[in-house]
Amino acid sequence: MADFPAALHYSAEHEWVDDASPATVGVTSVAADALGDVVYLELPEVGATIEAGSVVGEIESTKSVSELYSPVSGTVVEVNDAAVEDPALVNSDPFGAGWLFKVDVTSRGALLSAEEYAAEAG
Amino acid sequence: MTEDRKTPLHDEHVALGATLTGFGGWLMPLRYTSDLAEHRAVRSAAGLFDLSHMGEIHLTGPQAGAALDRALVGRASAIGVGRARYSMICAPDGAVLDDLIVYRLADEHFLVVANAGNAVRVSAALIERAEGFDAVVDDRSDATALIAVQGPRAEDVLASLTAPDDVGTVRAMKYYAWASATVTGIEALVARTGYTGEDGFELFVPAERAVELWRALLAAGQDDGLVPAGLSARDSLRLEAGMPLYGHELDETTTPFEAGLGRVVKLDKTADDGAPLPFVGREALEARAHSAPARVLVGLRGEGRRPARAGHDVVRRGLEGGVGAVVGAVTSGLPSPTLGYPVAMAYVTPEVSAPGTELAVDVRGRAEPFVVVDLPFYQRA
Repeated sequence: MADFPAALHYSAEHEWVDDASPATVGVTSVAADALGDVVYLELPEVGATIEAGSVVGEIESTKSVSELYSPVSGTVVEVNDAAVEDPALVNSDPFGAGWLFKVDVTSRGALLSAEEYAAEAG
Repeated sequence: MTEDRKTPLHDEHVALGATLTGFGGWLMPLRYTSDLAEHRAVRSAAGLFDLSHMGEIHLTGPQAGAALDRALVGRASAIGVGRARYSMICAPDGAVLDDLIVYRLADEHFLVVANAGNAVRVSAALIERAEGFDAVVDDRSDATALIAVQGPRAEDVLASLTAPDDVGTVRAMKYYAWASATVTGIEALVARTGYTGEDGFELFVPAERAVELWRALLAAGQDDGLVPAGLSARDSLRLEAGMPLYGHELDETTTPFEAGLGRVVKLDKTADDGAPLPFVGREALEARAHSAPARVLVGLRGEGRRPARAGHDVVRRGLEGGVGAVVGAVTSGLPSPTLGYPVAMAYVTPEVSAPGTELAVDVRGRAEPFVVVDLPFYQRA
Protein backbone atom coordinates (compact mmCIF):
# COMPACT_ATOMS: atom_id res chain seq x y z
CA MET A 1 0.00 0.00 0.00
CA ALA A 2 1.53 3.26 -1.12
CA ASP A 3 1.83 6.25 1.19
CA PHE A 4 0.40 9.50 -0.06
CA PRO A 5 1.17 12.78 1.73
CA ALA A 6 -1.98 13.80 3.63
CA ALA A 7 -1.47 17.52 3.00
CA LEU A 8 -1.83 17.13 -0.77
CA HIS A 9 -4.89 16.91 -3.03
CA TYR A 10 -5.12 14.35 -5.81
CA SER A 11 -6.75 14.00 -9.20
CA ALA A 12 -8.07 10.81 -10.75
CA GLU A 13 -5.38 11.28 -13.45
CA HIS A 14 -2.70 10.82 -10.77
CA GLU A 15 -1.60 14.42 -10.34
CA TRP A 16 -1.15 16.05 -6.95
CA VAL A 17 -1.37 19.71 -5.92
CA ASP A 18 -0.64 21.42 -2.61
CA ASP A 19 -2.42 24.28 -0.78
CA ALA A 20 0.36 26.82 -1.16
CA SER A 21 0.12 29.97 -3.24
CA PRO A 22 1.31 29.55 -5.89
CA ALA A 23 0.39 25.87 -5.79
CA THR A 24 2.85 23.16 -6.76
CA VAL A 25 1.75 20.36 -9.10
CA GLY A 26 3.33 16.95 -9.67
CA VAL A 27 2.43 13.37 -10.50
CA THR A 28 1.93 10.71 -7.85
CA SER A 29 4.10 7.71 -7.09
CA VAL A 30 1.37 5.55 -8.64
CA ALA A 31 1.80 7.37 -11.95
CA ALA A 32 5.58 7.31 -11.69
CA ASP A 33 5.61 3.56 -11.06
CA ALA A 34 3.16 2.83 -13.83
CA LEU A 35 5.09 4.91 -16.36
CA GLY A 36 8.42 3.24 -15.74
CA ASP A 37 11.58 5.30 -16.17
CA VAL A 38 10.63 8.85 -17.13
CA VAL A 39 12.97 10.15 -19.81
CA TYR A 40 11.33 13.31 -21.15
CA LEU A 41 9.02 15.99 -19.80
CA GLU A 42 7.00 18.42 -21.85
CA LEU A 43 5.73 21.04 -19.38
CA PRO A 44 3.51 24.09 -19.92
CA GLU A 45 5.28 27.40 -20.48
CA VAL A 46 5.60 29.99 -17.76
CA GLY A 47 2.81 32.50 -18.28
CA ALA A 48 0.47 29.95 -19.87
CA THR A 49 -3.16 29.94 -18.76
CA ILE A 50 -4.24 26.40 -17.98
CA GLU A 51 -7.51 24.77 -17.11
CA ALA A 52 -8.26 22.03 -14.61
CA GLY A 53 -8.73 18.70 -16.35
CA SER A 54 -7.09 19.79 -19.60
CA VAL A 55 -3.90 18.43 -21.13
CA VAL A 56 -0.97 20.71 -20.34
CA GLY A 57 2.01 18.56 -21.25
CA GLU A 58 3.44 15.09 -21.75
CA ILE A 59 5.42 12.62 -19.76
CA GLU A 60 7.50 10.14 -21.76
CA SER A 61 8.95 7.02 -20.29
CA THR A 62 11.25 4.57 -22.04
CA LYS A 63 8.23 2.71 -23.39
CA SER A 64 5.32 5.12 -23.56
CA VAL A 65 3.97 8.64 -23.75
CA SER A 66 1.32 9.87 -21.31
CA GLU A 67 -0.58 13.10 -21.23
CA LEU A 68 -0.17 15.42 -18.29
CA TYR A 69 -3.41 16.92 -16.95
CA SER A 70 -3.62 19.94 -14.72
CA PRO A 71 -5.59 19.45 -11.49
CA VAL A 72 -6.14 23.22 -11.19
CA SER A 73 -6.93 26.29 -13.31
CA GLY A 74 -4.74 29.36 -13.31
CA THR A 75 -1.49 30.79 -14.63
CA VAL A 76 1.78 28.87 -14.70
CA VAL A 77 4.42 30.85 -12.80
CA GLU A 78 7.30 28.37 -12.67
CA VAL A 79 8.36 25.01 -14.10
CA ASN A 80 10.82 22.60 -12.53
CA ASP A 81 13.87 22.95 -14.78
CA ALA A 82 15.77 20.44 -12.66
CA ALA A 83 13.17 17.77 -13.50
CA VAL A 84 13.23 18.73 -17.19
CA GLU A 85 17.00 18.27 -17.11
CA ASP A 86 16.80 15.06 -15.08
CA PRO A 87 13.37 13.45 -15.55
CA ALA A 88 14.44 10.54 -13.31
CA LEU A 89 13.55 12.84 -10.39
CA VAL A 90 9.90 12.09 -11.17
CA ASN A 91 10.58 8.41 -10.40
CA SER A 92 12.89 8.89 -7.45
CA ASP A 93 10.99 11.66 -5.63
CA PRO A 94 7.57 12.28 -7.20
CA PHE A 95 6.20 14.23 -4.21
CA GLY A 96 9.39 16.25 -3.67
CA ALA A 97 12.23 17.10 -6.04
CA GLY A 98 10.22 15.64 -8.92
CA TRP A 99 7.50 18.32 -8.80
CA LEU A 100 6.51 19.66 -12.22
CA PHE A 101 5.13 23.23 -12.21
CA LYS A 102 3.65 25.98 -10.03
CA VAL A 103 0.35 27.72 -10.66
CA ASP A 104 -1.35 30.91 -9.51
CA VAL A 105 -4.63 29.14 -8.90
CA THR A 106 -7.97 30.64 -9.94
CA SER A 107 -9.99 27.46 -9.36
CA ARG A 108 -9.51 23.81 -8.56
CA GLY A 109 -11.02 20.76 -10.20
CA ALA A 110 -12.74 17.99 -8.28
CA LEU A 111 -9.89 16.66 -6.17
CA LEU A 112 -9.46 13.75 -3.79
CA SER A 113 -7.96 13.57 -0.33
CA ALA A 114 -4.98 11.30 0.25
CA GLU A 115 -7.32 8.74 1.78
CA GLU A 116 -9.77 8.85 -1.10
CA TYR A 117 -6.95 8.66 -3.63
CA ALA A 118 -5.39 5.70 -1.83
CA ALA A 119 -8.73 3.90 -1.88
CA GLU A 120 -9.00 4.48 -5.60
CA ALA A 121 -5.42 4.10 -6.82
CA GLY A 122 -3.29 2.73 -4.00
CA MET B 1 -9.88 -13.48 -27.66
CA THR B 2 -7.45 -16.15 -26.54
CA GLU B 3 -5.51 -15.76 -23.36
CA ASP B 4 -1.77 -15.09 -23.50
CA ARG B 5 0.31 -18.20 -22.89
CA LYS B 6 2.71 -18.48 -19.97
CA THR B 7 6.29 -19.69 -20.19
CA PRO B 8 7.70 -22.31 -17.78
CA LEU B 9 9.27 -19.36 -15.91
CA HIS B 10 6.04 -17.43 -15.37
CA ASP B 11 5.92 -18.02 -11.61
CA GLU B 12 9.54 -16.89 -11.30
CA HIS B 13 8.71 -13.59 -13.00
CA VAL B 14 5.74 -13.04 -10.71
CA ALA B 15 7.84 -13.84 -7.64
CA LEU B 16 10.44 -11.33 -8.81
CA GLY B 17 7.74 -8.66 -9.01
CA ALA B 18 7.82 -8.28 -12.78
CA THR B 19 5.41 -6.07 -14.67
CA LEU B 20 3.94 -8.40 -17.29
CA THR B 21 2.83 -7.63 -20.81
CA GLY B 22 1.33 -9.48 -23.76
CA PHE B 23 3.80 -10.10 -26.57
CA GLY B 24 3.39 -12.38 -29.58
CA GLY B 25 0.61 -14.30 -27.82
CA TRP B 26 2.62 -14.74 -24.62
CA LEU B 27 2.52 -13.11 -21.21
CA MET B 28 6.08 -11.90 -20.72
CA PRO B 29 8.04 -9.78 -18.23
CA LEU B 30 8.22 -6.18 -19.47
CA ARG B 31 10.50 -5.12 -16.62
CA TYR B 32 11.38 -6.32 -13.15
CA THR B 33 12.47 -3.02 -11.61
CA SER B 34 13.61 -0.36 -14.07
CA ASP B 35 14.01 -0.50 -17.86
CA LEU B 36 17.09 1.68 -17.67
CA ALA B 37 18.74 -0.24 -14.85
CA GLU B 38 18.19 -3.55 -16.67
CA HIS B 39 19.51 -2.08 -19.92
CA ARG B 40 22.61 -0.73 -18.21
CA ALA B 41 23.23 -4.00 -16.35
CA VAL B 42 23.44 -5.82 -19.70
CA ARG B 43 25.87 -3.23 -21.09
CA SER B 44 28.08 -3.20 -17.99
CA ALA B 45 27.61 -6.60 -16.30
CA ALA B 46 24.96 -9.13 -17.34
CA GLY B 47 21.24 -9.64 -17.77
CA LEU B 48 19.10 -12.76 -17.69
CA PHE B 49 16.24 -13.08 -20.19
CA ASP B 50 13.39 -15.56 -20.51
CA LEU B 51 13.02 -16.21 -24.24
CA SER B 52 10.89 -19.32 -23.89
CA HIS B 53 8.23 -17.66 -26.05
CA MET B 54 10.43 -18.18 -29.10
CA GLY B 55 9.69 -21.12 -31.39
CA GLU B 56 12.07 -24.09 -31.73
CA ILE B 57 11.44 -26.13 -34.85
CA HIS B 58 13.63 -29.14 -35.60
CA LEU B 59 14.27 -30.65 -39.02
CA THR B 60 15.82 -34.08 -39.21
CA GLY B 61 16.59 -36.54 -41.98
CA PRO B 62 18.94 -37.06 -44.91
CA GLN B 63 17.37 -34.15 -46.80
CA ALA B 64 16.83 -31.77 -43.89
CA GLY B 65 19.43 -29.36 -45.29
CA ALA B 66 18.01 -29.55 -48.79
CA ALA B 67 14.51 -28.90 -47.46
CA LEU B 68 15.72 -25.77 -45.66
CA ASP B 69 17.61 -24.60 -48.75
CA ARG B 70 14.25 -24.76 -50.50
CA ALA B 71 12.26 -23.17 -47.66
CA LEU B 72 14.57 -20.31 -46.60
CA VAL B 73 16.45 -17.56 -48.43
CA GLY B 74 19.81 -18.71 -47.07
CA ARG B 75 21.84 -21.84 -47.64
CA ALA B 76 21.32 -23.97 -44.55
CA SER B 77 23.14 -26.95 -46.06
CA ALA B 78 26.35 -24.87 -46.10
CA ILE B 79 26.24 -24.28 -42.32
CA GLY B 80 28.85 -26.37 -40.55
CA VAL B 81 27.82 -28.62 -37.67
CA GLY B 82 28.31 -26.55 -34.53
CA ARG B 83 27.55 -23.26 -36.24
CA ALA B 84 24.50 -21.03 -36.66
CA ARG B 85 23.33 -18.46 -39.18
CA TYR B 86 20.83 -15.61 -39.36
CA SER B 87 18.27 -16.20 -42.11
CA MET B 88 14.75 -15.43 -43.26
CA ILE B 89 11.70 -17.22 -44.55
CA CYS B 90 9.90 -15.36 -47.31
CA ALA B 91 6.58 -15.68 -49.11
CA PRO B 92 6.55 -16.44 -52.85
CA ASP B 93 6.24 -12.68 -53.48
CA GLY B 94 9.42 -12.01 -51.48
CA ALA B 95 7.70 -10.64 -48.36
CA VAL B 96 9.42 -11.51 -45.10
CA LEU B 97 7.40 -14.05 -43.07
CA ASP B 98 9.96 -14.15 -40.27
CA ASP B 99 13.61 -13.69 -39.47
CA LEU B 100 15.25 -16.77 -37.98
CA ILE B 101 18.39 -18.29 -36.61
CA VAL B 102 19.28 -21.69 -38.05
CA TYR B 103 21.56 -23.96 -36.01
CA ARG B 104 23.11 -27.07 -37.51
CA LEU B 105 23.00 -29.62 -34.71
CA ALA B 106 24.26 -32.59 -36.78
CA ASP B 107 24.69 -33.53 -40.43
CA GLU B 108 21.03 -34.42 -40.63
CA HIS B 109 19.60 -32.23 -37.88
CA PHE B 110 18.81 -28.51 -37.92
CA LEU B 111 17.16 -26.24 -35.35
CA VAL B 112 15.21 -23.23 -36.62
CA VAL B 113 14.42 -20.57 -34.01
CA ALA B 114 11.46 -18.39 -34.93
CA ASN B 115 9.90 -15.33 -33.33
CA ALA B 116 7.11 -16.04 -30.85
CA GLY B 117 4.32 -14.46 -32.85
CA ASN B 118 5.39 -16.24 -36.05
CA ALA B 119 6.35 -19.67 -34.72
CA VAL B 120 3.11 -21.39 -35.70
CA ARG B 121 3.08 -20.15 -39.27
CA VAL B 122 6.82 -20.77 -39.70
CA SER B 123 6.31 -24.32 -38.52
CA ALA B 124 3.38 -24.74 -40.92
CA ALA B 125 5.36 -23.27 -43.82
CA LEU B 126 8.32 -25.54 -43.12
CA ILE B 127 6.09 -28.62 -43.07
CA GLU B 128 4.54 -27.58 -46.38
CA ARG B 129 7.85 -26.69 -48.01
CA ALA B 130 9.59 -29.86 -46.78
CA GLU B 131 7.06 -32.02 -48.60
CA GLY B 132 8.77 -34.32 -51.06
CA PHE B 133 12.05 -34.16 -49.13
CA ASP B 134 13.27 -36.96 -46.90
CA ALA B 135 13.01 -34.79 -43.80
CA VAL B 136 10.80 -34.55 -40.72
CA VAL B 137 9.66 -31.23 -39.26
CA ASP B 138 9.08 -31.30 -35.51
CA ASP B 139 7.93 -28.20 -33.62
CA ARG B 140 9.36 -28.64 -30.12
CA SER B 141 8.54 -25.13 -28.92
CA ASP B 142 6.34 -26.30 -26.04
CA ALA B 143 8.92 -28.73 -24.71
CA THR B 144 11.79 -26.25 -24.95
CA ALA B 145 12.74 -23.35 -22.70
CA LEU B 146 15.19 -20.69 -23.85
CA ILE B 147 17.15 -18.58 -21.37
CA ALA B 148 19.66 -15.94 -22.44
CA VAL B 149 22.50 -14.57 -20.35
CA GLN B 150 23.91 -11.48 -22.03
CA GLY B 151 26.57 -8.96 -21.18
CA PRO B 152 30.32 -8.68 -20.58
CA ARG B 153 30.08 -10.90 -17.47
CA ALA B 154 27.95 -13.56 -19.19
CA GLU B 155 30.85 -15.88 -20.00
CA ASP B 156 32.14 -15.93 -16.42
CA VAL B 157 28.69 -16.43 -14.93
CA LEU B 158 27.93 -19.30 -17.31
CA ALA B 159 31.37 -20.86 -16.85
CA SER B 160 30.91 -20.91 -13.08
CA LEU B 161 27.94 -23.25 -13.51
CA THR B 162 29.35 -25.37 -16.32
CA ALA B 163 30.68 -28.88 -15.77
CA PRO B 164 34.52 -28.85 -15.67
CA ASP B 165 34.76 -30.90 -18.87
CA ASP B 166 32.68 -28.33 -20.77
CA VAL B 167 34.10 -25.06 -19.43
CA GLY B 168 36.82 -24.88 -22.07
CA THR B 169 34.28 -25.43 -24.84
CA VAL B 170 32.01 -22.68 -23.53
CA ARG B 171 34.84 -20.18 -23.11
CA ALA B 172 36.31 -20.91 -26.55
CA MET B 173 32.96 -20.83 -28.33
CA LYS B 174 32.79 -18.42 -31.25
CA TYR B 175 29.98 -15.98 -32.03
CA TYR B 176 27.14 -17.78 -33.85
CA ALA B 177 28.41 -21.18 -32.72
CA TRP B 178 26.85 -23.67 -30.29
CA ALA B 179 27.81 -26.76 -28.25
CA SER B 180 26.24 -29.20 -25.84
CA ALA B 181 27.24 -28.49 -22.27
CA THR B 182 26.17 -29.54 -18.82
CA VAL B 183 25.17 -26.44 -16.90
CA THR B 184 24.33 -26.85 -13.22
CA GLY B 185 23.68 -30.51 -13.99
CA ILE B 186 21.33 -29.80 -16.89
CA GLU B 187 22.07 -30.93 -20.46
CA ALA B 188 21.85 -27.70 -22.42
CA LEU B 189 22.34 -26.60 -25.98
CA VAL B 190 24.50 -23.53 -25.42
CA ALA B 191 24.78 -21.01 -28.25
CA ARG B 192 26.84 -17.84 -28.42
CA THR B 193 24.07 -15.78 -29.93
CA GLY B 194 21.98 -12.87 -28.74
CA TYR B 195 19.97 -9.78 -29.48
CA THR B 196 21.60 -7.16 -27.31
CA GLY B 197 24.80 -6.08 -29.01
CA GLU B 198 26.81 -7.63 -26.18
CA ASP B 199 28.64 -10.91 -25.81
CA GLY B 200 26.35 -13.55 -24.42
CA PHE B 201 24.79 -16.96 -24.61
CA GLU B 202 21.40 -18.51 -25.25
CA LEU B 203 20.64 -21.80 -23.49
CA PHE B 204 18.04 -24.24 -24.82
CA VAL B 205 16.89 -26.67 -22.15
CA PRO B 206 13.91 -28.97 -21.55
CA ALA B 207 10.99 -26.89 -20.29
CA GLU B 208 10.85 -28.85 -17.02
CA ARG B 209 14.41 -27.81 -16.14
CA ALA B 210 13.91 -24.10 -16.86
CA VAL B 211 13.18 -22.98 -13.30
CA GLU B 212 16.23 -24.78 -11.95
CA LEU B 213 18.53 -23.20 -14.56
CA TRP B 214 17.00 -19.73 -14.15
CA ARG B 215 17.49 -19.77 -10.38
CA ALA B 216 21.02 -21.10 -10.65
CA LEU B 217 22.04 -18.40 -13.13
CA LEU B 218 20.44 -15.64 -11.03
CA ALA B 219 22.29 -16.85 -7.94
CA ALA B 220 25.60 -17.42 -9.71
CA GLY B 221 25.53 -13.98 -11.30
CA GLN B 222 24.54 -12.01 -8.25
CA ASP B 223 28.07 -10.93 -7.34
CA ASP B 224 28.79 -10.06 -10.97
CA GLY B 225 25.88 -7.64 -11.16
CA LEU B 226 23.59 -9.92 -13.20
CA VAL B 227 19.92 -8.96 -13.02
CA PRO B 228 16.78 -10.36 -14.65
CA ALA B 229 15.90 -8.19 -17.63
CA GLY B 230 12.56 -7.75 -19.37
CA LEU B 231 11.33 -7.13 -22.89
CA SER B 232 11.65 -3.38 -22.49
CA ALA B 233 15.41 -3.63 -21.97
CA ARG B 234 15.63 -6.24 -24.72
CA ASP B 235 13.99 -3.78 -27.11
CA SER B 236 16.23 -0.83 -26.23
CA LEU B 237 19.34 -3.03 -26.36
CA ARG B 238 18.56 -4.45 -29.80
CA LEU B 239 17.63 -1.03 -31.15
CA GLU B 240 20.95 0.47 -30.05
CA ALA B 241 22.62 -2.50 -31.73
CA GLY B 242 20.69 -1.76 -34.95
CA MET B 243 18.97 -5.15 -34.99
CA PRO B 244 15.57 -5.45 -36.67
CA LEU B 245 12.46 -6.53 -34.76
CA TYR B 246 9.82 -8.45 -36.68
CA GLY B 247 6.62 -6.43 -36.72
CA HIS B 248 8.63 -3.19 -36.79
CA GLU B 249 11.53 -3.18 -39.24
CA LEU B 250 10.43 -6.43 -40.89
CA ASP B 251 6.96 -7.59 -41.84
CA GLU B 252 4.99 -8.91 -44.77
CA THR B 253 5.25 -5.58 -46.58
CA THR B 254 9.06 -5.48 -46.47
CA THR B 255 11.69 -7.35 -48.43
CA PRO B 256 15.14 -8.23 -47.07
CA PHE B 257 16.68 -5.70 -49.48
CA GLU B 258 14.72 -2.74 -48.13
CA ALA B 259 15.78 -3.75 -44.62
CA GLY B 260 19.43 -3.66 -45.67
CA LEU B 261 19.61 -7.42 -45.18
CA GLY B 262 19.99 -8.48 -48.81
CA ARG B 263 23.15 -10.32 -47.81
CA VAL B 264 21.07 -13.10 -46.23
CA VAL B 265 19.38 -13.82 -49.58
CA LYS B 266 21.60 -16.33 -51.33
CA LEU B 267 20.63 -15.87 -54.96
CA ASP B 268 23.85 -17.64 -55.91
CA LYS B 269 22.92 -20.88 -54.18
CA THR B 270 23.23 -23.75 -56.59
CA ALA B 271 22.49 -27.44 -56.68
CA ASP B 272 25.33 -29.98 -56.82
CA ASP B 273 25.21 -29.84 -60.62
CA GLY B 274 25.72 -26.07 -60.57
CA ALA B 275 22.16 -25.18 -61.56
CA PRO B 276 20.51 -22.35 -59.60
CA LEU B 277 18.71 -23.83 -56.60
CA PRO B 278 15.03 -22.93 -56.47
CA PHE B 279 13.73 -21.57 -53.17
CA VAL B 280 10.45 -19.98 -52.15
CA GLY B 281 10.49 -16.32 -53.11
CA ARG B 282 13.45 -16.64 -55.43
CA GLU B 283 11.93 -15.06 -58.57
CA ALA B 284 10.47 -12.10 -56.71
CA LEU B 285 13.66 -11.51 -54.73
CA GLU B 286 15.83 -11.79 -57.82
CA ALA B 287 13.82 -8.99 -59.43
CA ARG B 288 14.10 -6.90 -56.25
CA ALA B 289 17.84 -7.48 -56.02
CA HIS B 290 18.36 -5.83 -59.39
CA SER B 291 16.10 -2.83 -58.89
CA ALA B 292 16.54 0.07 -56.49
CA PRO B 293 14.24 -0.31 -53.48
CA ALA B 294 11.52 2.31 -53.08
CA ARG B 295 12.53 2.84 -49.46
CA VAL B 296 15.45 1.91 -47.27
CA LEU B 297 15.95 1.35 -43.58
CA VAL B 298 18.11 3.99 -41.90
CA GLY B 299 19.24 4.98 -38.44
CA LEU B 300 18.15 8.38 -37.11
CA ARG B 301 19.87 10.26 -34.34
CA GLY B 302 17.85 12.90 -32.51
CA GLU B 303 19.37 16.35 -32.10
CA GLY B 304 16.88 17.30 -29.42
CA ARG B 305 15.72 15.31 -26.43
CA ARG B 306 12.29 14.23 -27.53
CA PRO B 307 12.22 10.64 -28.82
CA ALA B 308 10.50 9.55 -32.01
CA ARG B 309 8.21 6.53 -31.76
CA ALA B 310 7.09 3.79 -34.13
CA GLY B 311 4.50 5.13 -36.56
CA HIS B 312 5.63 8.76 -36.55
CA ASP B 313 6.20 10.35 -39.96
CA VAL B 314 9.73 11.17 -41.04
CA VAL B 315 9.61 14.55 -42.76
CA ARG B 316 11.83 17.08 -44.44
CA ARG B 317 12.71 20.04 -42.29
CA GLY B 318 10.20 22.76 -43.11
CA LEU B 319 10.52 26.53 -42.93
CA GLU B 320 11.26 27.92 -39.47
CA GLY B 321 11.52 24.47 -37.93
CA GLY B 322 8.15 23.36 -39.24
CA VAL B 323 6.99 20.02 -40.54
CA GLY B 324 7.91 19.50 -44.22
CA ALA B 325 6.99 16.83 -46.75
CA VAL B 326 6.70 13.25 -45.55
CA VAL B 327 9.65 11.09 -46.68
CA GLY B 328 9.22 8.03 -44.50
CA ALA B 329 8.05 6.47 -41.25
CA VAL B 330 9.67 5.51 -37.96
CA THR B 331 9.62 1.76 -37.21
CA SER B 332 11.25 1.86 -33.75
CA GLY B 333 12.38 4.72 -31.57
CA LEU B 334 13.31 5.56 -28.03
CA PRO B 335 15.78 7.57 -25.98
CA SER B 336 19.01 5.57 -26.06
CA PRO B 337 19.97 4.72 -22.48
CA THR B 338 23.60 4.15 -23.42
CA LEU B 339 24.10 7.11 -25.74
CA GLY B 340 21.91 9.67 -24.02
CA TYR B 341 20.08 10.90 -27.12
CA PRO B 342 17.02 9.69 -29.05
CA VAL B 343 17.61 6.96 -31.62
CA ALA B 344 15.23 5.55 -34.18
CA MET B 345 15.07 3.28 -37.17
CA ALA B 346 12.93 4.36 -40.08
CA TYR B 347 12.08 3.56 -43.67
CA VAL B 348 12.77 6.58 -45.89
CA THR B 349 12.93 7.25 -49.61
CA PRO B 350 16.40 6.59 -51.05
CA GLU B 351 17.16 10.26 -51.84
CA VAL B 352 17.15 11.19 -48.15
CA SER B 353 18.89 8.04 -46.88
CA ALA B 354 22.53 9.15 -46.97
CA PRO B 355 24.22 9.50 -43.56
CA GLY B 356 24.33 13.14 -42.56
CA THR B 357 21.00 14.01 -44.19
CA GLU B 358 19.13 16.39 -41.92
CA LEU B 359 15.51 15.34 -41.47
CA ALA B 360 12.84 15.71 -38.82
CA VAL B 361 10.24 13.49 -37.20
CA ASP B 362 6.69 14.70 -36.77
CA VAL B 363 6.19 14.10 -33.06
CA ARG B 364 2.55 14.92 -32.50
CA GLY B 365 2.62 17.96 -34.74
CA ARG B 366 6.07 19.22 -33.87
CA ALA B 367 9.13 18.76 -36.06
CA GLU B 368 11.86 17.24 -33.94
CA PRO B 369 15.25 17.40 -35.70
CA PHE B 370 16.91 14.08 -36.55
CA VAL B 371 19.96 13.23 -38.68
CA VAL B 372 20.50 10.06 -40.73
CA VAL B 373 23.36 8.00 -39.26
CA ASP B 374 24.95 4.64 -39.96
CA LEU B 375 23.69 1.58 -38.07
CA PRO B 376 24.36 0.29 -35.50
CA PHE B 377 24.09 3.17 -33.06
CA TYR B 378 26.11 1.24 -30.52
CA GLN B 379 28.91 -1.26 -30.94
CA ARG B 380 30.66 -2.87 -28.02
CA ALA B 381 34.36 -2.17 -27.64
